[in-house]
This record gives sequence, C-alpha cells and structure tokens, in this order.
Amino acid sequence: MIEVEHLAKKYGELLAVNDLSFKVEKGKIWGLLGPNAAGKTTTMRILTGFLPATEGKASVAGFDVFEKPDEVKKITGYLPEVVPLYPEMTVSEYLTFVAAIKQVPSSERKEALGKALEVSGLASVKNRLLENISRGYKQRVGIAQALIHDPQILILDEPTIGLDPAQIKEIRDLIKSLKGEHTIMLSTHILAEVTQTCDGVVIINEGRLMASGSLEELTTSFGGKEGVILKLKKGHEEAVPSFQAIPGVDRVSRQDGELTIEWVRGKDLREAVSRLAVERGWGLLEMRPVALNIEDLYLRIVSGGAEQ
Amino acid sequence: MRNIGIIARKEVKTYFTSPIAYVVIFVFLVLVGFFFYSIISWFNSKSIEMAQNPYYQQININQMVYAPLFNNMSIILLLMLPLLTMRLFAEEKKTGTDELLFTSPVHVLQVILGKYAAALVVLAAMLGLTGLLSMFTFLWGNPELVQILNGYLGLFLMGAAFIAAGVFFSSLTKNQIVAAISTFGALLLFWILNWASYFIPGIWKDVLNYLSTSQHFEGMASGILDTADVVYYLSFSFFALFLTHSVIQSRRWR
Repeated sequence: MIEVEHLAKKYGELLAVNDLSFKVEKGKIWGLLGPNAAGKTTTMRILTGFLPATEGKASVAGFDVFEKPDEVKKITGYLPEVVPLYPEMTVSEYLTFVAAIKQVPSSERKEALGKALEVSGLASVKNRLLENISRGYKQRVGIAQALIHDPQILILDEPTIGLDPAQIKEIRDLIKSLKGEHTIMLSTHILAEVTQTCDGVVIINEGRLMASGSLEELTTSFGGKEGVILKLKKGHEEAVPSFQAIPGVDRVSRQDGELTIEWVRGKDLREAVSRLAVERGWGLLEMRPVALNIEDLYLRIVSGGAEQ
Repeated sequence: MRNIGIIARKEVKTYFTSPIAYVVIFVFLVLVGFFFYSIISWFNSKSIEMAQNPYYQQININQMVYAPLFNNMSIILLLMLPLLTMRLFAEEKKTGTDELLFTSPVHVLQVILGKYAAALVVLAAMLGLTGLLSMFTFLWGNPELVQILNGYLGLFLMGAAFIAAGVFFSSLTKNQIVAAISTFGALLLFWILNWASYFIPGIWKDVLNYLSTSQHFEGMASGILDTADVVYYLSFSFFALFLTHSVIQSRRWR
C-alpha cells in the first residue's frame, strides 16, 4: 500500500533521509521506529506530499507521491508531529473545515463530522474552542482530523507523544481499532509502542534503514531465541544445572538473583520450566518472557553503536 | 474555485471571531470620522467665507472634501493594512497548520487567493462603513456620486495592492511583527518613490513616477478614473501574489 524506493532527502548539506526503501502492506499497522532526528518526520512529510524528496520514489496506493500528489492527498490522513490546530475555532468548526479542504462533499460533511467525533471520543467537547481543551483532547482532534475523510491510509507522526499513560493507552486502542479498514503507518521512538500496536516495523537511524519486516520476521532473523526470566526464593545453586538438564534448553544464566533461561525459538518450554521450579519447591516468585531480540537491536541503534 | 471559497470563508471567520477585524475596522472608522469632521468643518467655514466674497468662486465639495478625505484614508490604509495581513501565512507557519493545508488536496495558489480574498472582504467592510459619512454630504449638499465612487474604487484597488504586498511579506517569515514591519516599509517606500523624481533625471524619473503608488492615486482621489491607474494597481497585486506563490513553492522544494 505504501512503497518507498531509494528515497533520499537533503536539507542543504544535511542528509536527513538516505537511500530508504520499505513496503507496507494493506490493512496493517506499521511502525516507523528510530531515535530522535532519525528522519522519521521527514519520511512522513515526503509520503504526505508536504516535502518533495531529493531522490528516489514513493508511492501510496499505487499513486506516485510526486506525480499525483492530489490523488495521494485525497486518500491519506496525516497527523503531523505538532497537531495543526487553529486555536480560535471550535472542535466541530475545525473538523468541518478540514473535511472541506479534504474534498468531502458538503452534503456528507455533517455525517463525516459525527463519525469522527464518535470514533475519537470528542463528542463531549465538540463545541469547545481548540485553545481551551487539554493536551489529550488536542491529540484526539489531531487523529480525528486525519480520519475525517475516511482515508485508506493513515500516517501518524508520534501519535502518543506528550500524553499521560492512560491517554497513551486510549490512543493506542483507538489506533488498533482502526486497523483493517485503514493502512496505518505511525512513527515513534518508543519500542514498546511498536511491539504493542504494530504488525511490522521499519527501523531507521540517521536517515538510513536499519531493519524492516513484520515483528515475527525480525525476531527470528535477529537471534531467533526465546526465553523466560525467573525469580526464585531459594535454591539458586542447584537450579542452574537442573534447568540446563531440561531437554531443549540452550543456556541458563544467573544475574542479580534472577535466572535467564533461553531456548531455540518455536519450542515453548515455559510449562516445563515452571513445573520444575514448583516441584522442587524453590519458591517461584516471578516469571516473565525475555524481551524480544528486536529490543536489543533497537537499543544498539539508539545508543549509537549501529551495526548491521 | 470551491477550494478558494473554503479557505476564504475560514479566514473571514477567523478575522471576525478574533478581535482583529473589529479593532481594525473600529480604529479606521474613528480616524476617518475625525478627518471627515475636521474637513467638513473647514469646508463650512470656507463656504461662508466665500459666500461673502465679492470675487465669488465656484466651490466644489468633491474637490474640497472628498479628495483630501480619500488621501487621508489612503495613508491610514497604508498604516493599518500591514497589521491585517501579517498573520495570514506567518501564523500558519508558526503553529504548523501549513502542514495541514499543504497535505490537503488544495493548491498553493488556491490557498493564497483564499487568504487574499478574505483580507479584501475586511477591506471592503472598512471602506463600506465609511460610506455612511456620505449620508451627511448628500443630505445637506450635492456631491457628484460617480466621482465619489471612483475615489472608493481607487481606495479599494490600492488597498488590494497593499494587501497583496502584505500577503507576500507574510509568506517570507514565521514572525508576524517582521511581516508587518517589512510590509509597512515596502509600502511606504513605494508611496514616496516619486519624491526621488525631483532629483533623478531622464527615463528613471518616469519609471519612479510610474512605480509610485501615490502617483496613481491622485487622479482617483479627485474622482477621475484612468485605466492606466487601474492597470497599475491590478498588476501590483498580481505581481505580489505571483511572488508569494514562488516563495511558498520554493520553500517547500528546498
């Protein structure tokens, strides 16, 4: 649905995006992940036709972004990093205006407004001025304006930035509920956002592609191991060799009073591990999955030591 | 055309939901009212004086009241219109709402024309409301309507040119104050360009005279409609809007 090939963008001498290529399938949520200043906003601005690229090709729903910008703009909803609000307008006025410039026919604007207000939970503030509503509501208005013309594609630049945890969850649930009908690309610098909401991810740093693919693909290609972290009340010494003895276990390591048990991806040994711990009476206090290996990859990228 | 209307309607609404339009119109009317009052008072005493004068001359309300009034109004417009136009693009850029406009299926030209039209509506309201003053002159005098209308047409065309310049300077910056001051500076410079013609010889004298905005207003203020003046103001507007278009396009391509 979204295809980017060898995209590059220069601001004067600064290369913001460098030879970037990726694809997003229809009906999926993809994350554009990267540390700050990685080129996420620039990439999204190119996809939405706000900025032209210096080199390369980008197409949305088969329309070339540079040759058919109007077609692309008609079917794309975009939430910029800074929500573009006119403070002197009310929520309804603003959304009606956006519907108009997104070419929603005037007879359908009322319906579009009602739907957008409902989906984004804004009905209670629809007559308030935009300058008087809270940060969380402003963000929702941002999402509502992106949705107002029922676009096939949604491009959301850091949709949860600056929100409190409850609001973040609401926005994520909202985004997940839009999946299927809409193809969504969202940018973030928080990995948890991707693992919780997205089907796939494009990881970029300093304008270059670091990795891309569905979450499963990435976890298998980078490491391909699964495991659990255990916290036991006692019996650490005998536990290590005992767990090691479970068939299929690859490696058992001990650190800070916690045991990390890893096995080859695909075999689920959680049951065997927990049964052993309970049978031996070691006092199983906690058991959690080892973080996906894509986290390691991302942390390496973010901390600057980008390999691969 | 529809998109221009959408943008224009939104901008007009912004002008009239915020205090901007009211303040601009109110201050303009107060100043124009004051000028009108003082010119009429002067005209009254002059009329009495002339009526007693044995060497009686023709006195003309169009030439003695309206011409100076229109000249005063043009100066007030020069001072006030930059404040009306300064926000048009600068504010969009500052708040990031330009990203909404330019990722929507509307063209840059449509946005420019929509905003220009909205400012013209405010200008028309400013000028239209001063028309009430003519109630008095028509009630107790007999001015020439066509000449007055020509004067208003001149004011509108000149104001439109000022607004176009304001739109242009607003597209250059994120800062409204910078936009207002540069607009004002440029307009004043164009206004007094013909002063230089006193000491510049040859063809440049004519060029400067032609380029000066005040030069083209003289005739219209006294009620004479010359197509050359109309063409001048229209091309001034056209050129400024054309530059605006180039600026916005090039900004995005950089």
